[in-house]
Amino acid sequence: MTASVEMRGITMSFGANEVLKGIDLVLAPGEVTAMLGANGAGKSTLIKVLSGVNSDYGGDILIGGEPVRIDHPTTARHHGIQAVHQKIADGVVPGLTVAENLLFEGIVNNQVARASSLRGLMPRAREMAAVLELDWPDDLLRKDIYELPIAEQQLLLLCRALVVTPQLLILDEPTSALSEAEAERLFDVIRSLRDKGVAVFYVSHRLAEIDDIADRLLVLRDGVIRSDQSRPFDWGAALHDMLDSGETEARDRSQELRGADEVLHLDQVRLLPKSRPFDLGIRAGEVTGVFGLLGSGGNELAHGMFGSQPFVGGSMTLNAAPFHPKSPADAIEREVYMVPEDRAAGTLIKDWSVAMISTFPFLADVSRLAVLNHPAEAKVGRSVIDEFGVVAQSEDDPVLSLSGGNQQKVVVGRWLRKRPTVMILNEPFQGVDVGARHDLAEKAREVAAAGSAVVVMSTDLEEIMEVSDRVIVLADGNLRFDAYLSDTSRDEILTRLSEVE
Amino acid sequence: MATQKTADQAHDTAAPGATTPQRPRRDMRELVVKYGFIAVTVIFFIYFLATIDAFRMSSTMFSMLKFTSVVAIAGLGVTTTMVVGGLDLSVGSTVGLSVTVAAMTMVIYAQQGSVAIVAVLIAGAVIGAINALLIVALKIPDLLATLATMFLVQGLKLVPVDGQSVSSGLILRDGTVAPGKFTSGFLEINRGSIGPVPYPVIIWAVLGVATWFLLSRTKWGRIMYAIGSNPEAARLAGARVGRYKAFAYILSGVFASVAGLILASRIGQGDISAGNSTLLDAVAVALVGTSVLGVNKPNAFGTTIGAILIGILLTGTTMMNFQYYWQDVVKGLVLFVALVFSFTLSARKRRFTAAVPL
Repeated sequence: MTASVEMRGITMSFGANEVLKGIDLVLAPGEVTAMLGANGAGKSTLIKVLSGVNSDYGGDILIGGEPVRIDHPTTARHHGIQAVHQKIADGVVPGLTVAENLLFEGIVNNQVARASSLRGLMPRAREMAAVLELDWPDDLLRKDIYELPIAEQQLLLLCRALVVTPQLLILDEPTSALSEAEAERLFDVIRSLRDKGVAVFYVSHRLAEIDDIADRLLVLRDGVIRSDQSRPFDWGAALHDMLDSGETEARDRSQELRGADEVLHLDQVRLLPKSRPFDLGIRAGEVTGVFGLLGSGGNELAHGMFGSQPFVGGSMTLNAAPFHPKSPADAIEREVYMVPEDRAAGTLIKDWSVAMISTFPFLADVSRLAVLNHPAEAKVGRSVIDEFGVVAQSEDDPVLSLSGGNQQKVVVGRWLRKRPTVMILNEPFQGVDVGARHDLAEKAREVAAAGSAVVVMSTDLEEIMEVSDRVIVLADGNLRFDAYLSDTSRDEILTRLSEVE
Repeated sequence: MATQKTADQAHDTAAPGATTPQRPRRDMRELVVKYGFIAVTVIFFIYFLATIDAFRMSSTMFSMLKFTSVVAIAGLGVTTTMVVGGLDLSVGSTVGLSVTVAAMTMVIYAQQGSVAIVAVLIAGAVIGAINALLIVALKIPDLLATLATMFLVQGLKLVPVDGQSVSSGLILRDGTVAPGKFTSGFLEINRGSIGPVPYPVIIWAVLGVATWFLLSRTKWGRIMYAIGSNPEAARLAGARVGRYKAFAYILSGVFASVAGLILASRIGQGDISAGNSTLLDAVAVALVGTSVLGVNKPNAFGTTIGAILIGILLTGTTMMNFQYYWQDVVKGLVLFVALVFSFTLSARKRRFTAAVPL
């Protein structure tokens, strides 16, 4: 016997930042409800509200018509809400055996005696594995959890969520670690749960999966539900709701740059283990925008070109000479630069000044016989501040005291001032205010006009439309579309992205 | 990720608050954090000057510094490894190895002191290279790798000498008497001086200044600090992280072997227990050094001040006829006070303890 889970006017704020702005939603038993949403739309926050992690939400949650307050993960579980989160590492407990991990909840709740021997746990562990018809032999159950392949770990977490048949099962990007066959097995499980009357809430970026399994499709954007469809899904409309706000004016197309010389050529490159190889030429004198949903290969493309993470397969040439960077240092020697997607982890150094961050990749410029020349360094710091309009008191300001947009101007500026051959900007507008985003896009275009090849990766269509001359669409690591913006339209881009293979 | 973006936006709005003027109490605290440690050093120094007659003699000063030089030089090596985000636990055993190598070269193989010096420096570089191999190529965490090296070196150095201390007149395995002895030139390393300044103090000063210059004034030092603070950011800015880490460990090995040379020259025989206490003392002075001037990062100047303070305290307490076992208590207290300066009083968080930069 299962009941519906109903949300009425759910809101959630972090400080002044309102992430959920009133969600009304009924998750019906025996139905798979899928949800799409761009970065920052509020998906994770909504899942955390339902699973009791974010306890200070506003609004009401009703289960089977009864109002309940979900103030703790235990409460959520008590009411039959089980969530399998995206990060497998958050769920499994290292150092314990597979069997102990299966029974982990029982162990922490003292339902299973802490002192019980592994042998004592085995019958129960076998039962649990049987929930998903996992044919795990005893010697596998005795192994350390880390000897289990990542996909099996994912299934283990699912077993744990399914020990008691839940009312509502929440799955957050459950297939990101699974092979196709394993994903198929997961879908079989989901279907059988649905047939048993479980409500399934399925969050994913993979359109093909949603098309395969969902009965209903929601699009979340800026903390509200934008659209709610039942089968058959109109993918174009869904992606439009998800990605295209139509807010920004299209750039003046007469200023579109058309580069001529192909600087960097990718030859039969494969981005993801399951994706198909493709060729791609990056031209100097224009901005190439690489657009795709999260996990579609843009990140892999950026790191592959920069040598910070090898491609799954394929090779490159740079100015017609072979280019096989084994590290970022190799790429930088050939004037191929990258601004990574995660500013804090990938670029910033605590206690360092704006000047120090500005000069760091090219310290030879500000030193003589390896001895640092501080006036020269300060000059570079000031030039980055002036040229890129960084709001800072002086070049000695700690970089962490700046706002996100100004930090980003510094880390982009330190490369752009060197007139790169290829400049890769991986998600350069994340956590950046609109004004700074506009300035950064302008600078990227100026550098392209001066002869650099600029490549911008983004999961946000508006950002791509603002900065690019040419757009490339990636989906599941495959090259879907390649056109100059003046020869295409938002609708065509979204249609190409929405083609479900 | 959705949460990533919201966190960034939250940071955007929070940033202006960071520039609000600091209250006077905070200034006072910063003053304490910055100069407190040096003040403590000076206070003890003046106290001992005032109360102990023998302490006032300049020969006491220099013998105190001479005595401290072994730990200080090994500490400078430890400092460079701390700068790149690691910690070299094998310095003590490298000091011990150096003593044995020096003794073997001169006593068993009857070579000149200069040959012994070269052999010892090579041994130190080799140990550093082994650490670098374990850490950079085999990707073993720094502490564990250098711990393994420590045990290996401690044990293996005893193999060629059958676990005996090497001194002149040693009976070898084949029944003959070892032909050589510690050369007078080699013993000069510890005994000699320029004017009143003993050679070990000069060596310490030269290496101290060189390390300070490397770490604070050159681009290599800048890159090493970046690697210690955020290795991924350093890598993505084009730093060849592995090479710098390897360099730091080799440098640490060489510094430990220089410390070993001074120690060997001081004891004049291949004492197998030599260097046993050096590791903890060297790590302690490097740790103490992070709190000097409130910089909260490992640095050569701080390590030097830390070594001097410990030298002052040990000399002073010895002269006041404290029992030898109070020495460890004194070291422990100094380290404790330094850690309070760094962790409790400082507004900034220590950089090398944080695996994540922010």
